[in-house]
Amino acid sequence: MSVFAESQTQETFVVNLGPQHPATHGVLRVKLTMDGEYIDRAEPILGYIHRMHEKNAEVGTWAQFMPNTGRMDYLHALAYNFGYSIAVERAAGIEVPERAEYIRVITCELNRISSHLLWFGAFVLDLGGFTPLLYAFDDREQLLDLLETVTGSRLTYCYYRFGGLYNDIDENFVDGSRAFIKRLRSRMPMYHNLVTKNIILMKRLIDIGPISAEMCRKYGATGPVLRGSGINFDVRKNEPYSVYPELDFDVPVYSECDCMARYMVRMDEIDQSMRIIEQALDKLPDGPIKPEKVPKLIKPPKGDYYAAVEAARGTFSIRLVSDGTNKPYRLKLRSPTFSNLSLYEEASKGMLLADALALMGSLDLVIPEIDR
Amino acid sequence: MSLAKVREALAALVAASQEELPPEEAIESVTEETPEAAAPEGEQAEEAAAPPPPLVDTNHAKKGFHLDVTVAPDQVVQAAEILDGEKYTIEAVTGVDWIKEEQMEVVYDYCDTADFSRVVIRARIPRATPELPTISRVFPGADWHERETHDFFGITFVGHPDLSPLLLPEDADYHPLLKDFTA
Repeated sequence: MSVFAESQTQETFVVNLGPQHPATHGVLRVKLTMDGEYIDRAEPILGYIHRMHEKNAEVGTWAQFMPNTGRMDYLHALAYNFGYSIAVERAAGIEVPERAEYIRVITCELNRISSHLLWFGAFVLDLGGFTPLLYAFDDREQLLDLLETVTGSRLTYCYYRFGGLYNDIDENFVDGSRAFIKRLRSRMPMYHNLVTKNIILMKRLIDIGPISAEMCRKYGATGPVLRGSGINFDVRKNEPYSVYPELDFDVPVYSECDCMARYMVRMDEIDQSMRIIEQALDKLPDGPIKPEKVPKLIKPPKGDYYAAVEAARGTFSIRLVSDGTNKPYRLKLRSPTFSNLSLYEEASKGMLLADALALMGSLDLVIPEIDR
Repeated sequence: MSLAKVREALAALVAASQEELPPEEAIESVTEETPEAAAPEGEQAEEAAAPPPPLVDTNHAKKGFHLDVTVAPDQVVQAAEILDGEKYTIEAVTGVDWIKEEQMEVVYDYCDTADFSRVVIRARIPRATPELPTISRVFPGADWHERETHDFFGITFVGHPDLSPLLLPEDADYHPLLKDFTA
């Protein structure tokens, strides 16, 4: 008998995945208890880049927290700007001019595309395909350049203000956005031919990593994870904010519950975001980008307020508690991948390690947003 | 639809707790307000003073949620079961430190994704002994949220499988979101 055959006991061993591992996309550690190649228990260990944003919020004024919102999900920072703006505007009763709302939607959706493109590249990289990453980064680069011209930064945006925006967009931005959409439209079939229809990718994703609708509900999973499990829920549709009700778009839903379903949801969302941007550019009204009068020091009335937006990874929501002063009394940040990752332990049980990494990639984790 | 059902069940739950604890509530409102407060004035006092009415239909456009329910600390599991029965999902669990009132508030955010509505459940616990039962057996997703709340506020969720620090360092013995926390 060989040594391997003899050792066929119930023995397990512990492997640390991370905190510095390319598949964890940041500093996440997963303590894996392995039974051979199979996972017995995968326990995510968080907090390596915890920065206590919620305490930071209580120290400064309402406006001073805005830059922090761009530093949680660094891939879809504008959605976090958006969520915080909506929460404070709701609390303080600030009206937003229509042009500002349209520009918010345009820039937020452009940012969503850039986020999904990076996820696409990195996910395929996790699965062993290097080339798509380079193509995706090529496209994403155009977007970052475009957004840089209006927001002034490339990644950690702080572009929205209470009641409006920091900066108006110009003709170059509008033309650049249209040119980018034209370019990406022509590239999407290539992505699908190169990657989606690739037999190796299909074998790595189809029927791998099932997450049932019931598991999503019990763990509060959101975003493409939820929609890949057949639940049609998108904050932009179900709890409409800004000017989304005036724009025509579909919510991609796949009911296969596997990694492929989550992959397809995100790929389809890129198409839908392009539709939203085109319509918003067509409808873009003239006018101011800031309300005429916004008080320098905002003091929302006492009480608590809740606001949710659909970020690239799911529902991002903010709970504000105001005591009527110029500083937040309490600000709770509910980040989508925190909930999405919390189901990882249950979902990955009994999976092959390589498949579990595909599952992790399909959750689209952004660690600074989990750790906050 | 499910919001109406949940509202009914939660109203019954709140009513049950008020039957159990009328003397305490009465004492509170009397001590904080004028002693000769009559019954109608007592209601007003409740609005003005710290404890809000236990069940409020909120304006979603203004507040961001539809229903705001305050339950007794030992009822949070029952409330979670009611919401679980109507297929609500757990969005977040968090705390608020009301240091002036010597109380801590635990806030549960629920959301119905099928027939959209948001429900908030709150419970107030004494600041000196912040304890209440865990809902992680009803919603496994609450596990991490409760651990996070324990990290930040030191609130003990009785029956929770593992309250070791989640986001804070593993040897952390401080709770940064307490209002009297100094670094």
